[in-house]
Amino acid sequence: MATFKFNVDGKPVSVDADPDMPLLYALRGDLGMTNPHFGCGLAQCGACTVHLNGEAIRSCVMPVSAVAGKKVTTLKGLGTPEKPHPLQAAYVEEQVPQCGYCINGWIMTAAAYLKKNPKASDAQIRDALAGLKCRCGTHVSILRAVKRAQKQMA
Amino acid sequence: MNAPMNAISRREFLKASGALIVSASLPGFVAEALAQADAPAGAAFGATKPAVVPTELDSWIAVGADGRVTAFFGKMDMGQSLDIAIAQIVAEELDVNVDKVDVLMGDTALTCNQGGASGSTGVFEGAKPLRKAAAEARRVLVGAASSKLGVPPASLRVDDGVVTAVSDPSKKSTYAELIGGRYFNHTVEWNKKIGNPMDIEVPAKVKSPSEYRVVGKSPVRRDLVSKVYRTEPYVTDVSIPGMLHARVVRPERAGCAVGSVDEASIAAVKGARLVQEKNFVAVVAEREWDAVKASRALKVNWTETHPDPFPAMADLHEHIRRAPVVKREEPVKKGDVDAAFKRAARVVEAEYEWPFQSHASMGPGCAVADVRDDGVTVWSGTQKPHFTQQGVARIVGVAPEKVRVIWVRGPGSYGRNDAGDAALDAALLSKLTGKPVRVQGMRRDGIAWDPKGPASVHRARAALDSSGNVLGYEFTSKAFSRVNIATNEANPQDSLAGMEIGVAPKPGIGYGNPSDSYGFENKQYAWEVIAPLLDRCSPLRTSHLRDPVGPDIHFAAEQFIDELAVAARMDPVEFRLKHVTAPRDAAVIKAAAEKAGWKPRPGPRARRKGEVMRGQGIAYATRGGTIVAVVASIEVERKTGRIWARRVTVAHDCGLVINPTGLRYTIEGNVGHGLSRALFEEVRFDRDKVTSVDWMSYPVLEIRDAPETVDVVLINHPEVMPTGAGEPTIRVMPAAVANAFYDATGVRIRRAPLTPERVKAALLAKA
Repeated sequence: MATFKFNVDGKPVSVDADPDMPLLYALRGDLGMTNPHFGCGLAQCGACTVHLNGEAIRSCVMPVSAVAGKKVTTLKGLGTPEKPHPLQAAYVEEQVPQCGYCINGWIMTAAAYLKKNPKASDAQIRDALAGLKCRCGTHVSILRAVKRAQKQMA
Repeated sequence: MNAPMNAISRREFLKASGALIVSASLPGFVAEALAQADAPAGAAFGATKPAVVPTELDSWIAVGADGRVTAFFGKMDMGQSLDIAIAQIVAEELDVNVDKVDVLMGDTALTCNQGGASGSTGVFEGAKPLRKAAAEARRVLVGAASSKLGVPPASLRVDDGVVTAVSDPSKKSTYAELIGGRYFNHTVEWNKKIGNPMDIEVPAKVKSPSEYRVVGKSPVRRDLVSKVYRTEPYVTDVSIPGMLHARVVRPERAGCAVGSVDEASIAAVKGARLVQEKNFVAVVAEREWDAVKASRALKVNWTETHPDPFPAMADLHEHIRRAPVVKREEPVKKGDVDAAFKRAARVVEAEYEWPFQSHASMGPGCAVADVRDDGVTVWSGTQKPHFTQQGVARIVGVAPEKVRVIWVRGPGSYGRNDAGDAALDAALLSKLTGKPVRVQGMRRDGIAWDPKGPASVHRARAALDSSGNVLGYEFTSKAFSRVNIATNEANPQDSLAGMEIGVAPKPGIGYGNPSDSYGFENKQYAWEVIAPLLDRCSPLRTSHLRDPVGPDIHFAAEQFIDELAVAARMDPVEFRLKHVTAPRDAAVIKAAAEKAGWKPRPGPRARRKGEVMRGQGIAYATRGGTIVAVVASIEVERKTGRIWARRVTVAHDCGLVINPTGLRYTIEGNVGHGLSRALFEEVRFDRDKVTSVDWMSYPVLEIRDAPETVDVVLINHPEVMPTGAGEPTIRVMPAAVANAFYDATGVRIRRAPLTPERVKAALLAKA
């Protein structure tokens, strides 16, 4: 056990944990931030995605020790109903959610990607979102929302 | 902006659970709930709520002091926005604004057993009693207004919950004034049925579709904000004080029993302890990560009770062909099929194979259970909370009335998935530890250990005369049962935990048949079920998976119809139109073909030499009264074997359309899930275990393979009561793709899924 200090959604936090405990368990269990979900624990689905210093990472395989001193952003830090991120607004506008469990992964991944690649083509967007899963089959509306947000962010 | 989760559900949720749901992602949730004061007592109606039974109007509808209406719904939305459709139907009959109607779903203490989420019956069956209850509530309230205002009911009108005298608008009263916060204490007639067909009869007359103002419009679904900003919990987020985290430790190999458990192997994990009853082995810890670590560290010596229970994967369908038939049924039998084959000029025959498929929900099953002396509470994402209540009661050993199951949205559900197992796991663990317990599986629990859609072989043959007319048609499915374990967890023998503690299995037997209106004079549809490979605790136990056995059967049946069209030298659309007998079916097929720009041809198009081959295929079927046809326009990459369903066109007739936008998205979801099942999904296994354990070994549709365009044609029949939409489209997706593949390549693939490897092999074999 050791103490790890980092920043989540603009606030300093401190977690006592095994160095190899994934960040996801610190966020959900110790900090009560349940926005990132457990989907696979293998970095194969994206449900646990957060931003680490602005990069989309899979918190289910990121040791909490590797996060010390860094800035973590969760879906809640990305935007709120009052101050939505364009992707969140687009998700609402396009009525994307079905079960909704995958949403965190798509929005967090697309947000980081579009920020760096605002002019990405449809094919590039599809490549950038590779590996994310959605089991309700909402892929077509996900693409509609991402493109809508891309226009907003341009 | 969407309405927040309704106040009653929050208040009751907290009250009855006897514990607070604490979630740091929901600031204000508790405070807001506690701020909801009970409604003040009124004069005309009762102050106490009668028992929640179908015969009480109060079990279906409540009007709060603020005039908001709550509809108590014994089904739940699995993500297709069913609740907004129910709100519309209730608002319509009550004559209140739809924004004022909250729908409370799937809490056993507050809703009747309407069967949970099941068979696309949410609107089809589930809305029936709600529609009538709302109409009856309106009648009762108008009656109360009549007494109060001294105006006969026939001279009163209702606009958004305000009852007004037609002749004198100054004479009025609101629903809130009439009953707000009190109870109808009014009985209705119940049809004595439990589950999906539960219905009531009331004196009130429901509206005719010509009067509809809200039904048929597209008010926005309610869950958008709460899901996109995560302002409300999933079942995975439920947390109660003193709760332990658990992981159930299931063997890698199937057909094993516990030999011994080395408890010392987890001694180094803080706070972890072993919980065991017979073959049910779990670890618990205060912190979730410690439970995960302990589950990995725990050394269990598993002994084989059934060595090598499975055939080699390559021999699966040969096993099905050879296995003795346990039960055979012939649900469709018309004319004299044998005689037709005797006079055939030509017989066309084909055989198709479908794999085991997994629910593979986004997150592994999860539940929280709190077993106390004075009652049991379980929070679950199950599709059937009222049946879970019975299963929990049985595994804990208490009366069902002592158990409350609260459905909370879960990580995806497409039938009897691992959520049902998690609920009984959690209940048993809470009983054994005396603490509240949260259990969630790891990825392999959701893919390797969930109940599977059954593998199958389908034989089709048709007798043709010399002009290509179909004299007789015979279709026979041979398969594992669709209900080897039941479609709900009311009985512990249908759960892993139940089987592990030694409850004897009672396997169900059933399958299905093609659903269409083809009017072949001599026609026989039959099914044959074989025994399971392993009779208990099997990772290949079979149960319901979205549109149970529908995509499987129609992958075969609707390809075979195309094969018959080729034999008859007819265009596949023309051939179907020639043989369907129901006018609505014909209209749907025509609508899909027209919207897709169907190019008629008697057989596959001329071979193309390029690297990308293009083709178009159609498939059609019916399901529970709904009719659907899909045209898939695909590209096949010769080198990689990749199929891209670039454009998918769906024509859909489910009678009266309640919410066109919600319906459209529901159909789109079916397209995505259907493509995944058609192109990628196949449970892998070897002689003693399932080897599909994650998203690498169980690939599913990724965004690169999503269609560029999905066109949906909704055919509205307001005069026909609505049927289902959650599953019909998925039924025809695999065949539409396979028929398009034949059109593109001239090659039939009669084995699903159409993976790149299989496509490459098929193209090579043809070359």
